[in-house]
Amino acid sequence: MSTEEALKSQFPQAGLVFSQFRDNHRIGVPAAQLMDILTFLKNVHHFDMLAELTAVDYLEYEGSKDRFGVVYVLVNTQSGERLVLKTHVNDPDPVLPSVYPLWKAADWLEREVFDMFGISFSGHPDLRRILSPDEFTAFPLRKDYPLKGRGERHNFPVLTRSDG
Amino acid sequence: MAMKDVPDNVFMTSLDAAASWARANSLWPMPFATACCGIELMATASSRFDLARFGAEVMRFSPRQCDLMIVAGRVAMKMLPVLQRIWLQMPEPKWCISMGACACTGGVFDTYAVVQGVDRFIPVDLYVPGCPPRPEQLMAGIIALQDKIKHGGTLNGTEFGKRTQPTGPAPYDLDELIRIREANEKLVALN
Amino acid sequence: MPFEVSELAEMDAPDKEYLWTLNFGPQHPATHTTLRLILTLDGETVVNAVPHIGYLHSGFEKLGEHLDFNQYVTIVDRMNYISPLHNEISWHHAVEKLLGIELTPRCKYLRTILAELMRIQDHLLNTGTCALDLGGFTAFLYFFQQRELIYDIVETASGQRFHTSYTRVGGVAFDVNNAWVDKVRSFVKGFGPVHAEVHRLLTRNRIFIERVKGIGYLSAEDCINMGVTGPLARASGVLRDLRKDEPYLAYADLDFKVIAAKDGDCYARYLVRMQEMLESIKIIEQCIENIPAGPVNVDAGTKAVIPAKPSVYRSIEGLIQHFEVMMPNRGFPTPKEEIYAATESPNGELGYYIVGDGSPRAYRARTRPPSYIHFAVFPQIIKNHQLSDVVAVLGSLNIIAAELDR
Repeated sequence: MSTEEALKSQFPQAGLVFSQFRDNHRIGVPAAQLMDILTFLKNVHHFDMLAELTAVDYLEYEGSKDRFGVVYVLVNTQSGERLVLKTHVNDPDPVLPSVYPLWKAADWLEREVFDMFGISFSGHPDLRRILSPDEFTAFPLRKDYPLKGRGERHNFPVLTRSDG
Repeated sequence: MAMKDVPDNVFMTSLDAAASWARANSLWPMPFATACCGIELMATASSRFDLARFGAEVMRFSPRQCDLMIVAGRVAMKMLPVLQRIWLQMPEPKWCISMGACACTGGVFDTYAVVQGVDRFIPVDLYVPGCPPRPEQLMAGIIALQDKIKHGGTLNGTEFGKRTQPTGPAPYDLDELIRIREANEKLVALN
Repeated sequence: MPFEVSELAEMDAPDKEYLWTLNFGPQHPATHTTLRLILTLDGETVVNAVPHIGYLHSGFEKLGEHLDFNQYVTIVDRMNYISPLHNEISWHHAVEKLLGIELTPRCKYLRTILAELMRIQDHLLNTGTCALDLGGFTAFLYFFQQRELIYDIVETASGQRFHTSYTRVGGVAFDVNNAWVDKVRSFVKGFGPVHAEVHRLLTRNRIFIERVKGIGYLSAEDCINMGVTGPLARASGVLRDLRKDEPYLAYADLDFKVIAAKDGDCYARYLVRMQEMLESIKIIEQCIENIPAGPVNVDAGTKAVIPAKPSVYRSIEGLIQHFEVMMPNRGFPTPKEEIYAATESPNGELGYYIVGDGSPRAYRARTRPPSYIHFAVFPQIIKNHQLSDVVAVLGSLNIIAAELDR
């Protein structure tokens, strides 16, 4: 039984959206069902590797209804099968369950999404900023943040030759 | 003492010139290598290009032992305080080479996180352009710096203390101020 | 592995006062670039390590949303700067998948050769600097000489020795000539003896083995669970190589082995990298003798490629297309779709998640950086090791700061 059929029979009410583009098999998952489906895929269908976890800000995307999309790429290391799962979250309080209990790889990947997009993951053991400085307040990869920043990059004292 | 009493193997010079000559020919670089340029710096020091020919191969990673800082690669806003601290830790007399487009001006990375030229925040003596500069170009830079050191240095380095004005561009130049104002106006409009 | 709060409280307890904290980096020779570790030590034993990263965060992904698919290649170059061309190949692999472009056979072979040269280049530097950090300077110098030869080869092809920006959507910037083929041939011929020499210098060297054998063990289950790929995973016995599992470019036609080991320690990683270089040489040998003739870029009818110069000068269609591709406000249309595509970079699975919105720019250009995923493993594998092992483990993980922080 293929993964798609198994998911359909296991979660008939979930409203999963299956699609394919090139070689990517994609599943649109509602955020409420996310954890159940990921647990099912990992434990029953051996998707034992989380290859990628990222987010997209759809603020300026034509025809999009939701603000953020969060993408999970799973790999079954035995059969080599790949799945791309996508779920959506919205302002003002974008929260998703953390998948750290399933895959440890999610630790830093979720921290990066939190740092760059401000999406928090409930149940993550150590959700702090990772790439930006701790005192940074904006979320740089959101579409409303300008490419050249708001002046944070030059907020330092100037040293002259006579110092030190 | 009359000139005829001096043997052939004794040179007459000023102490300042002798000190500058010695400093120029035994530069100890501190490779502040953050990115791609650091690999070219490695190439410069290794077998084909061999920086040792110019007396500058003793790379020391402790700032206390160095007199030449080579900032190789872009400096992000999280890294700049580290750079300034290391610069202050180096003993006088010291010089700084800004290697590569990113260290000089920010290069292709005109983004929120990259400092647009380290010379806005620390004094820079010499700029080596390129992305990354070829090893030959870095060596040309070091030779040019040696020339600079040989001319006008003093024994106790008093000339540095007099330079109390920053030499680089202002951190918030006009372009940057305009950009920040536009960004803030947009932010207000969004909320 | 995150820092557990209960553990932290335990370390602050009065009877644990003998523990001390060491700051390692961000400016340290063994980090090669910019990483920072806060180590908690019991004497010389590492009890805990907390990595702090982001010291080279430069907004690559934000830039990817502002540059078009051909322009962004100059930026991805600077991501993993010890194998720059492989980033370009991965990026355009993903873009071509999004656009649905099938490369010409010549281009596939050419890119395969370049990708394998980059794999050698990466492993040369990694093995060399790993030995350098552990006190073996000679291997570094021998291997750097070989790197210079690869620099010459890519310079002959592209005109730049380091950041080549050589690939384009649907092909490469310009075709290679016979002088390039000769250079590759002579490199392939000369590589074996140098490799054997370094093999003799390090592989059975008592001092080297004592520093790396049994150090930094990573089990196969942990590798999979933590997303580790590439030579690191293969050194732990995970038989995964995208070149075999999901063949791209010309890899399906070629005969090569996937190198793996069982031990999962630093020594196994060293051996896997050394052997992979020889496999890459084998691949290059097969490709260089069998490069198909014909055009290197896809047919100009796909609207995404820069047409050949004669057609730009002599036909109106060619001229129009040249402008369409080159002008910053024009460009070619992309499907309103999203794609994840990955290649086997020297460091592991280098993937791109691209969101197209119909414009010639990516709406989102996400990189899956292997260094980032691999560095997350570090706190776990360094526990209960000596302080001096930190250097050996960092060397064997091959963390590239620009790829780590982007």
